[in-house]
Amino acid sequence: MSILVNKDTKVICQGFTGKQGTLHSEQCAAYGTQMVGGVTPGKGGTQHLGLPVFDSVHDAVQATGADASVIFVPAPFCKDSILEAVDAGIRLVICITEGIPVQDMLAVKAYLQRRPETRLIGPNCPGVITPGECKIGIMPGHIHLPGRVGIVSRSGTLTYEAVNQTTALGFGQSTCVGIGGDPIPGTSFIDVLGMFERDPKTEAIVMVGEIGGSAEEEAAAFIKQFVKKPVISYIAGVTAPAGKRMGHAGAIISGGKGTAADKFAALQDAGVHVVRSPAEIGKAVAEATGWA
Amino acid sequence: MNLHEYQAKYWLKHYGVPVPNSIVASTPEEAVEAAKKLGGSRWVVKAQVHAGGRGKAGGVKLLNSLDDVRDFTKQILGTRLVTYQTDERGQPVNQVLVEEPSQIARELYLGAVVDRTSQRIVFMASTEGGVDIEKVAHETPEKILKVVVNPMVGLQPFQCRQLFFGLNLPIETLRTFTDLMMGLYQFFTKQDLSLLEINPLVLTADNQLFCLDGKINIDDNALYRQPDVREMRDSTQEDERETRAQQWELNYIALEGNIGCMVNGAGLAMATMDLIKLNGGQPANFLDVGGGATKERVTEAFKIIVSDPDVKAILVNIFGGIVRCDLIAEGIMKAVEEVGLNIPVVVRLEGNNAELGAQKLQSSGLNIIAAPGFAEAAARVVSLVK
Repeated sequence: MSILVNKDTKVICQGFTGKQGTLHSEQCAAYGTQMVGGVTPGKGGTQHLGLPVFDSVHDAVQATGADASVIFVPAPFCKDSILEAVDAGIRLVICITEGIPVQDMLAVKAYLQRRPETRLIGPNCPGVITPGECKIGIMPGHIHLPGRVGIVSRSGTLTYEAVNQTTALGFGQSTCVGIGGDPIPGTSFIDVLGMFERDPKTEAIVMVGEIGGSAEEEAAAFIKQFVKKPVISYIAGVTAPAGKRMGHAGAIISGGKGTAADKFAALQDAGVHVVRSPAEIGKAVAEATGWA
Repeated sequence: MNLHEYQAKYWLKHYGVPVPNSIVASTPEEAVEAAKKLGGSRWVVKAQVHAGGRGKAGGVKLLNSLDDVRDFTKQILGTRLVTYQTDERGQPVNQVLVEEPSQIARELYLGAVVDRTSQRIVFMASTEGGVDIEKVAHETPEKILKVVVNPMVGLQPFQCRQLFFGLNLPIETLRTFTDLMMGLYQFFTKQDLSLLEINPLVLTADNQLFCLDGKINIDDNALYRQPDVREMRDSTQEDERETRAQQWELNYIALEGNIGCMVNGAGLAMATMDLIKLNGGQPANFLDVGGGATKERVTEAFKIIVSDPDVKAILVNIFGGIVRCDLIAEGIMKAVEEVGLNIPVVVRLEGNNAELGAQKLQSSGLNIIAAPGFAEAAARVVSLVK
């Protein structure tokens, strides 16, 4: 067991023949992921990396039975690509691309509300990996170790940091989910925390947050009520200064929430093991679980 | 990206939203000409900077003669305005807006943002317009009225009426207010805004509504499809190094400390700053070199970091992803040589071939210290500047 992906997940790549799509499809396949093809409109019927290329996600799903898609198309075209994947019935859509206009994401989220069977991860994220079974994204596969810690993070390279530390201590990871750093993410901390809580293979959860927004505060409220497994959390940006700003609208809507101090306080109140040093995430897992 | 008030008012007018007559000026002479053209005997002259709190900082004056317009403009142009929303250096004043005064009966607040929690555009309004709106939001949140817009259908007139009746405006202004809000929504969605704020929205003695000030923030990710907005960028309002970094797609923010930082990934960059501070040091900057830590980008990043004279040492923290660390190490070595760095650089590399990368750095003969881990790297760089 694991969450979201496993060895049976069949993956296509949108933006398959582009530079990023090519590089990472190759890497994912080399890790053992079942890459079954890709989509580049206009190149349907050809082969790329020894896999079939399709003109549309619909064609790809019909021919390969793919249930997951990883998106590498440039930001201006991502809204279209995500909606195409959803429309074709893809169960898991992972959008790696960064820089998508926020109003495009508002439309995507409104559309997704009526398609509960589809889950979008990202955008602006490293992807999802169940070590030893399936890697969909840009993370370095070799730092992972099959194991018992579920990791969920808003940041890419900081996820690798948490992975590296839990691998070094021999705990390994059940599944790692990068939900992405954008203001409007497809999947929230809460969604992933719920999945980890229900996943028998996940014994402890590491949540890596960042300043800004109130996703961590909302996660804290959820943990307090629904999560029994130990949760270890680090919030990046404790020392980041308040930037120049204009007007008040941001402050009004957040009601003063969003600083690292607020997030730490909310998490501590929910019984989360809060780490102050990003170099001690692994150590905190050991302390919280009693694992040697 | 932010807009000046005069630019915001250009767009408001474009979308049919009522604003007072005004003319922007870059010299005292232009300001006097503008006042003459507007007519009347009183004018409001406002410093154009990317920050709120201008009134309290002395950047806005009501003036009763053309001489006063000239004198005030002369006095404020070329200075830097420090408000509670700027840093201590303030923002340069290169233009003023000369505006006809309004007969204010009531000051209201009207704003819109992309709200992360509801994942919708949310309009906010309050009867308590003016300078202390954040205090109102904090102490009496019930005085902030909100409507949430469904992107599938857009803002609806009934939602405008909801705010209209909540604001207790005279019924004669119902049509004007609804049109005004619909115009703002068009502006927000068509120009890819992430924040819009009208503070104050004024009701005049003769029941007219005017947007007296406009603060606009445009979604940077959408600038590619907003050429008209993009041309309004005023880089004098932005940190020079931050602007230079943007040209190389580096994300740089200047800070007060003396340890330069170069990191891949925004989260890890913030974490690196956190760890420097935990060790008793002060980061000089936030810098995310992004995914491709190539020699060219690293070189440019070093140049930007050392253009800050306070920097005494640099910490490079790269989690290599699938790019080989020995290649990144070579890029760093070449960049150090090319820039001619004469301050120590502590490098922590993690990922593929990390050890080979560290060996290369250590034996380079350059002033580079390869640190075996994240914690060690932060401790080491802090000890170097003490």
